[in-house]
Amino acid sequence: MSRLETVFADFKKSGHKALIPFITAGDPNPEFTVPMMHAMVEAGADIIELGVPFSDPMADGPVIQRASERALAHKMSLRRTLKIAAEFRLTNQSTPVVLMGYANPVEAMGYKVFAEAAGKAGVDGVLTVDLPPEEASECAELLNAHGIDQIFLLAPNSTESRIKKMDAVGSGFLYYVSVKGITGAGHLDTADVEKKLQLIRANTNIPVAIGFGIKEAETAKTISAFGDAVVVGSALISKIEANLDNPEVAKQEIVDLLQSMRTAMDNQV
Amino acid sequence: MTDTTNPYNMPDDRGHFGPYGGIFIAETLIPAVEELQAAYDQYMTDPEFIAELDKDFQHYVGRPSPLYHAERWSKELGGAQIYLKREDLNHTGAHKINNTIGQILLAKRMGKKRIIAETGAGQHGVATATVCARLGLECVVYMGAVDIARQALNVYRMQLLGAKVVPVTSGSKTLKDALNEAIRDWVTNVDNTFYIIGTVAGPAPYPAMVRDFQTIIGREAREQCLTQAGKLPNALVACIGGGSNAIGLFHPFIDDADVKMFGVEAAGDGIETGRHSAAICAGRPGVLHGNRTYLIEDDDGEIIETHSISAGLDYPGVGPEHAWLNDIGRAEYVSVTDDEALEGFHALTKLEGIIPALESSHAMAYTLKLAPTMKNDEIIIVNLSGRGDKDMHTMAEREGIKI
Repeated sequence: MSRLETVFADFKKSGHKALIPFITAGDPNPEFTVPMMHAMVEAGADIIELGVPFSDPMADGPVIQRASERALAHKMSLRRTLKIAAEFRLTNQSTPVVLMGYANPVEAMGYKVFAEAAGKAGVDGVLTVDLPPEEASECAELLNAHGIDQIFLLAPNSTESRIKKMDAVGSGFLYYVSVKGITGAGHLDTADVEKKLQLIRANTNIPVAIGFGIKEAETAKTISAFGDAVVVGSALISKIEANLDNPEVAKQEIVDLLQSMRTAMDNQV
Repeated sequence: MTDTTNPYNMPDDRGHFGPYGGIFIAETLIPAVEELQAAYDQYMTDPEFIAELDKDFQHYVGRPSPLYHAERWSKELGGAQIYLKREDLNHTGAHKINNTIGQILLAKRMGKKRIIAETGAGQHGVATATVCARLGLECVVYMGAVDIARQALNVYRMQLLGAKVVPVTSGSKTLKDALNEAIRDWVTNVDNTFYIIGTVAGPAPYPAMVRDFQTIIGREAREQCLTQAGKLPNALVACIGGGSNAIGLFHPFIDDADVKMFGVEAAGDGIETGRHSAAICAGRPGVLHGNRTYLIEDDDGEIIETHSISAGLDYPGVGPEHAWLNDIGRAEYVSVTDDEALEGFHALTKLEGIIPALESSHAMAYTLKLAPTMKNDEIIIVNLSGRGDKDMHTMAEREGIKI
């Protein structure tokens, strides 16, 4: 079993809902990321999503776009993101790390070289936004050979047959994009999410993480009841952006937000 | 080389041209491209749809466009006979309308009320705003802030036509960023919005669909050449940004093995300077904007800012079918610099009284080199993909003239 599968199997038994923070590797600077990852684990994160900066982040809203731009200004890249993951692994062998990014940096590195390097770096999952199952088989096979799950997405407009397809090809977890739109969107409808998750649950046993538009503790609590995990990204990166002069303040604000989400999610009635 | 025993039949049923093309998009867009593929498959074999398209081509666009024998220019160059396919005479002044007419008819049948588009030089934006005005559909055009500054005239045209032009200020503020922003809009408004992509790129079925609307260029040219010259041409020349005018001309000739094809990319300040837009000549395969194709990128796979004097060629990728035609050796891809393009611009203007768009001027510039190497009884068809009116400010500025 992969590290992701083990973690989710344990959570399923205990009823624990996973909290998955997302930050962009190298934002606001490369030195910030590894200590931030450890601090997020301390604050209650169960899995960490590490964004790989890309010049053309088509699925991302302005907040994560600017995070990408700040990281790229520091010459952050897929290779250097893998170094960050490896450095995190030196002192944390249990928290799964999922890379989230776009296909082209992986294409440029080469699927085989990437899969090997990601395996060595201790990466557990790879979510490539613009690599749907139609195009993913070669990459997914190579990743699986190194014990890494290729994470696929589901969307509000995914049909029942599409969900079944994801059940057949997915592993680790499925990422349910809770709004039609880009990251950081502001129009999350929890009733819609609940309804869609019923359809998803009826068609797959793969754990489901829910993300896009989750900004504060109450929403995290509500949403987490429908799935196995919640992902929070833009809300964290906004803290970095608001404190570019003082990353330590950003770090503390991120920790505070995650702790409030953790507490809320652990107090389901 | 091309298999001459079997007719060319690309893409495959998954939208691939060999390793190129495909559907590299976020999950939310999958239902949208599936819906589009189904509509496209249905209507392209529907005689009523085809009849409406043909009628619009004839009476609204003004087709067929002439195939004009540029006798004076041919004589001056002292080699091949040069024929110009006059897409500049289409309504709105470029080949772009062939595609927007086709896609808007599809959008109408699919019941979509809101149209979005990206634009570089503004020609595709104008062509989209035009067909939206005609059908009374809401139209939003994304355009890089840099392009808005250098194509002010086209921005005003779009606004007159009722379109909302949204400046894109992310990244390099040019065509690629306009595409990113249009894709973000599409993901957000996928239920009611039809995305009219302007070139033979994007996720399947766009590269094949846009091509099929543009092949009217090559089908007419082939017939006109046979009628006017009594034989097929020896060579075809067209400029390549995304490559829709080129594929429109090339495609109907692909099985004519003796017809050479030259796609002319923009070398900007020169390929060696790094300031260019020549994706096939100087790039390598990667994935961007929904398809795999040649891209201008760094070692880490980050897209590099491109440059060309012509906004319409200022794009880091190229249509996937061109990538494939390059790899199988069926078409040859070359490049000319900004300065060379200007020579082509002036040659046509002064010798034939036709002012070409800066994009098309790249094809003219390569013709300047190619024609003299060929015999007098050989024929080149050059795609004059658009007229140069929109480029007057760029030209004047370049030559230090205030207008």
